[in-house]
Amino acid sequence: MTDLTRLTIAEARAKLRGKEFKAAEITDAYLAAIEQANPVLNAYITVTHDKARDMAKASDARLGKGEGGALEGIPLGIKDLFATEGIHTQACSHVLDGFKPRYESTVTANLWADGAVMLGKLNMDEFAMGSSNETSYYGPVINPWRRSRIETSVTPTTHHGDGGFTSPSGIKTERALDNAQLVPGGSSGGSASAVSAFLCAGATATDTGGSIRQPAAFTGTVGIKPTYGRCSRWGIAAFASSLDQAGPIARDVRDAAILLKSMASVDAKDTTSVDRPVPDYEAAIGRSIKGMKVGIPKEYRVDGMPEEIEALWQKGIAWLKEAGAEIVDISLPHTKYALPAYYIVAPAEASSNLARYDGVRYGLRVPGKDIVDMYEKTRAAGFGNEVKRRIMIGTYVLSAGYYDAYYLRAQKVRTLIKRDFENVFAAGVDVILTPATPSAAFGIADEDMASDPVKMYLNDIFTVTVNMAGLPGISVPAGLDPKGLPLGLQLIGRPFEEETLFQTADVIEQAAGTFQPQKWW
Amino acid sequence: MSVDLQTVKRVARLARIAVSDEEASRMTGELNTILGFVEQLSEVDVSGVEPMTSVTPMEMRKRQDAVTDGNKAADIVANAPATEENFFLVPKVVE
Repeated sequence: MTDLTRLTIAEARAKLRGKEFKAAEITDAYLAAIEQANPVLNAYITVTHDKARDMAKASDARLGKGEGGALEGIPLGIKDLFATEGIHTQACSHVLDGFKPRYESTVTANLWADGAVMLGKLNMDEFAMGSSNETSYYGPVINPWRRSRIETSVTPTTHHGDGGFTSPSGIKTERALDNAQLVPGGSSGGSASAVSAFLCAGATATDTGGSIRQPAAFTGTVGIKPTYGRCSRWGIAAFASSLDQAGPIARDVRDAAILLKSMASVDAKDTTSVDRPVPDYEAAIGRSIKGMKVGIPKEYRVDGMPEEIEALWQKGIAWLKEAGAEIVDISLPHTKYALPAYYIVAPAEASSNLARYDGVRYGLRVPGKDIVDMYEKTRAAGFGNEVKRRIMIGTYVLSAGYYDAYYLRAQKVRTLIKRDFENVFAAGVDVILTPATPSAAFGIADEDMASDPVKMYLNDIFTVTVNMAGLPGISVPAGLDPKGLPLGLQLIGRPFEEETLFQTADVIEQAAGTFQPQKWW
Repeated sequence: MSVDLQTVKRVARLARIAVSDEEASRMTGELNTILGFVEQLSEVDVSGVEPMTSVTPMEMRKRQDAVTDGNKAADIVANAPATEENFFLVPKVVE
């Protein structure tokens, strides 16, 4: 029998409906894969075996009657940031020790209503603060991809499966793997690693400055951050409320479209949820991009960017041109200020949002000599270094005398960043193409990044502008670097035009193929 | 702008995070690196620019002022470290 974990969501959906196998079987296949791989990859922090089997059984009953939702029987992983009723929900922080919410987040409730099966909770950077998934209380996640020496041979047939990637020209690569362990990116590192290593059919993720798109790029998966307001934030532990958005990480563009359709909704419980119907994103796939205007922003060509990123970008431009798009050079002059403005706005909002973790209502409590001492000791023991750093920055920039110089100025710069995008969209640009990240995945415990927090922050240089402007952005795998690691391209769209992103990302995927890591774990 | 050890300790106090002298001194360096990085915003001309308050121009949705939920005291205290009869327990605040 074929390995059920290798099927895309679209394939599994068709076969489940066609009764070729049962939801219980594909669920068991994933649980077995997790049991085997998780001690090495550390993508899951909790596996919900019993719940998964119960949900699969219920899906089989519905499928047996010819019923069932859009995701009936599809096993998914859930980022630990999403509240799941009665199940471990800690944002991978020690401060939420033992927290089991009595409610379900809107996004996960939508998925279960459509018949999806929960496999467990996925590892992440603590409170979604990080770009390498190394700030988790539960330890780092390992990227299923490793560096390698590539030996290429041309085979007459297209090759699928371990150690190879599908390429339209029938080129097969054999890789001699390096032993160094790499990060999967962050903060949704568990989601990206699990999807890439076939430990779930798809996963939920969240993106405040690049936390969906950067890990997707590092693992050869597809990740979309929809427009701010498209997915409800209700029941998602808040990091920076004006920037946080949920979205999926999936194996291909179609699967990402299927997942987003179920995750997105209009929700009265989130006042920033936007009141407009959710389109059928999947229907956008396969539509021609002939005549579409694609903007290439010159400010995304940064100093010290590796040659292979520039080459990948050029390849992406060529593919879209070939498909009939019109390529135009554009300027987004305030791009370089997005990351510094982000590191004022996001910590400021975080310092306020994380004030609630005080040892009174939930989670960890460390006793103290009085109530303030208890707060201070609880928060000192409960938060990791990166979270403390951001709370401190946020507290400082909001403190008396500094508010105007930092926070107010950053919010003005944010207006300018958004205006840059509005200007190019008004000039007729439909979609913007950029690299997703300034590099491929890097090593665990990278010394440069550990010694300088700003170096780690620079990972989000191409993705953070999109959060600052509230726009939709998708990262789609477009090739491998000379060391055999996946690289992604990013497409940025107009507000609520996610369909354009799926339509254009599909063209890139058709040209580039899809990418799977060689199994070593 | 940069921060000194005393400022870091004051900010930690405001943020209700206990820090040792050693941690405060490490944080001083890290915070100054980050503040140095964001310093480049001072070169942007922001005169006449409105600060952003919402990425999507929208009016905040309001709902009917009616009771739609409640009677969940047991759920609300279920995750608390210390409770008594649906109250959160904290160390004595008033002598």
